[in-house]
Amino acid sequence: MTITQDPEHGTTAPTTPRHRRAARMAEAAGGGWVLVLTKIVLLGLILALAVYTALVLSRTDQWVAAVIVVLVALLAVWVYMGRGRLPAKYLMPGLIFLFVFQVFAALYTGYVAFTNYSTGHNASKASAVNALMLSAQERVPDSPSYKLTIVDQLGELSFLVTDPDGDVQIGGEERPLQEVSDAEMQAGKAVGLPGYTTLKFGDIVAQQEKIADMSVPLSSDPNDGVLRTPDGSTAYAYTSKLVYDDAAGTMTDTRSGVVYKDVGTGAFTADDGTQLKPGWQINVGFDNFARAFSEESIRGPFLQVLVWTFVFAILSVFTCFALGLFLAIVFNDPRMKSKKYYRVLMILPYAFPGFLSALVWAGMMNQEFGFLNVVLFNGADIPWLTNEWLAKFSIILVNLWLGFPYMFLICTGALQSIPDDVQEAARVDGASAWQVFRSIKLPLLLVAVAPLLISSFAFNFNNFSLIYMLTGGGPRDITAGVNVGATDILITMVYKVAFVGSTSDYGLASAFSIIIFILVATISVIAFRRTKALEDLN
Amino acid sequence: MSTTQTTAPSTSAIVTGAGTGAGVRGEGKEPRRPFGKYFRETGWRHLVGVVATVFALFPLLYVISASLNPGGTLLTANSLFSSFDFGSYVELFQNPSQPYGAWFMNTLVIGLITSALTVLLGALAAYSFSRMRFKGRRFTLTALLVVQMFPQMLAMVAIFLLMVTISDIFPAIGLNTQIGLIMVYLGGALGANTYLMYGFFNTVPASIDEAAKIDGAGHARIFFTIILRLVAPILAVVGLLSFIGTCSEFVLASVILIDPDKQTLAVGLYRFVSDEFSKNWSVFAAGAVLAAILPVALFLALQKYIVGGLTAGSVK
Repeated sequence: MTITQDPEHGTTAPTTPRHRRAARMAEAAGGGWVLVLTKIVLLGLILALAVYTALVLSRTDQWVAAVIVVLVALLAVWVYMGRGRLPAKYLMPGLIFLFVFQVFAALYTGYVAFTNYSTGHNASKASAVNALMLSAQERVPDSPSYKLTIVDQLGELSFLVTDPDGDVQIGGEERPLQEVSDAEMQAGKAVGLPGYTTLKFGDIVAQQEKIADMSVPLSSDPNDGVLRTPDGSTAYAYTSKLVYDDAAGTMTDTRSGVVYKDVGTGAFTADDGTQLKPGWQINVGFDNFARAFSEESIRGPFLQVLVWTFVFAILSVFTCFALGLFLAIVFNDPRMKSKKYYRVLMILPYAFPGFLSALVWAGMMNQEFGFLNVVLFNGADIPWLTNEWLAKFSIILVNLWLGFPYMFLICTGALQSIPDDVQEAARVDGASAWQVFRSIKLPLLLVAVAPLLISSFAFNFNNFSLIYMLTGGGPRDITAGVNVGATDILITMVYKVAFVGSTSDYGLASAFSIIIFILVATISVIAFRRTKALEDLN
Repeated sequence: MSTTQTTAPSTSAIVTGAGTGAGVRGEGKEPRRPFGKYFRETGWRHLVGVVATVFALFPLLYVISASLNPGGTLLTANSLFSSFDFGSYVELFQNPSQPYGAWFMNTLVIGLITSALTVLLGALAAYSFSRMRFKGRRFTLTALLVVQMFPQMLAMVAIFLLMVTISDIFPAIGLNTQIGLIMVYLGGALGANTYLMYGFFNTVPASIDEAAKIDGAGHARIFFTIILRLVAPILAVVGLLSFIGTCSEFVLASVILIDPDKQTLAVGLYRFVSDEFSKNWSVFAAGAVLAAILPVALFLALQKYIVGGLTAGSVK
């Protein structure tokens, strides 16, 4: 690279388009009113956006978040408008993303780990009360039926109802019924209204689900109940069988007379222990951690997953390193020809996207139709991915395929950087080949690759895509209280607890995340200390 | 296999090879060794190489062969290269329930934008760490390293809940949007990348900056026109690693992107293959081959830089 020429080209004679572009950029960066104007406009936009966000946030009483948003925007203005503060100007964009999506996300994980946030506990108490009342709606026995026409205005559906007395009213989702007088009548039933389009039968069928889900309040008092329709032509009054007593904080089932109280578990609970779901989110302290270590149905699978995670991570590093080192030694001979071609071909598994490799291997290891059983083992019936122990073996094998090229590359690099004179000196002193390898090459090599081995361990500790794509964590352990299998590692367990299946337990999943973090952090700190010691020795 | 072969002479060949081989190799007219000697010295290495290459290649050949066998199931894919037909590649783009074209473009767009911005943010940070001395510099550098101990993947629940909240305020950048996913990825833009770049920035002598400063160049001009060009190799490495990493990322993409036509290849292909595992195997294989071509080509083209970059981080 011709360093001396570059500034010249930049200032006097921009020759190539790249130079010209760079020169323009530099011109802009160097000052000028265009830049100042752009800067002001951009910062103004950021401020405006921040104020808008803060307003929206304050409407839902999230004051802390609102204040933070405004403060960050002001900080940006302060940093970029003033002279100096150079480091901040360069660091701020990256740091903002880092803070929001990594630091805050980490802290928030910690917070969620101490709550009961899950499928049944996903909201505030007020919205839990609303949801309960809505879900407990029942048709009022012997109540009159309303003749119904469904009308549409600008894509929003409304109920046009004629009650048994012949009064016509209109209303929609969250819009209580209102009297109307100018409806078009047909045989005692309102069938149209100026400004609205009447839905035909075909339209009603097409929007069947939406219409069946609609509930139109009879009046602005929620205790009066709502109108719902099963068929799009008749509506019935529904009321909730649950009554919420705001003063006492209790839910009463009007049908059975059972009183559900708020006993501090995040859900209305009756005296006999039955709970109304959904509940709401509360702080549960160390409950999630306690569950992980003490609840029988979770502890067993959790400990098993924990052990397998370590075994998997250690074995992966070890097998890949062993094969990579062996190949590096084999190919580290100057007399050998066409090494280059071997090298390119052997790198291919590393270049191939990992998740695809796992999916392809999953196909090849299929018990009935897979390539391994049908072709290589001549029609054998080996349960590669469905037997607990074979599945573990298969995972290690596929990981070896994925990971050995990387180890081969770094071992080759490290071997080539070991100076020849050390080896020669050893040989002159009468060391055998094995001794040279054992006492000189290997220690020097380990010093060089130890940090990479540690990061490889950390990577495999959280090697989600291999496990999830190859076995999906299976074969499933049916006795477990959480959805885990024999080959699940901690990170796939977190994913499954939080996002797979019909119920999600965000609190428990976050608690597992925190446990993983503590483990990885402890190991990394110890390991890096030890490699430092190793470096000092040499 | 030669009966005289033991492990001892072969390892000694490695050791002595380094010293004596260099001179012989350039001449190219080595006297022909007897086969036994040849095998003991280098022949067996080729044997190992061939075995390793077969191990490395056969899954790749298998998937290519499966993709050329249209209408094939898992079972018919086993007869390698029995047919040669690009039908599956056409079929791949014709099924609306499995919008492969959209997945491909999404992956490309998300990958390119993420990697470009990652390089920019990382380079800005590395420049300030390498060239400026300010209060809290050491602390920030250490903090970046410590933060990496809590990878974003671990925070998937929190990120999901955060995106749900953002959706309430700005639906355009919240859950189920690609901008949202890119923003999440950018949260990991500093960290490991900054360290990699920081090391490389330090190898560019500061006297170049000073000379430019004396000539009247401002900090931005020095950064954009001089430094960035001198550190181009590391920019390529970081950009490429980030691109490849983003393209195969599954966890966050699957949590944030919900609609099938917004998903990336990793999420889409996984759902596709787990739905109808053995039935549409050749279509999946075609999808896998197409998805892999770009990363593999990029990797091979920039192999030299990547290997250098991978080891530069820690092998000193």
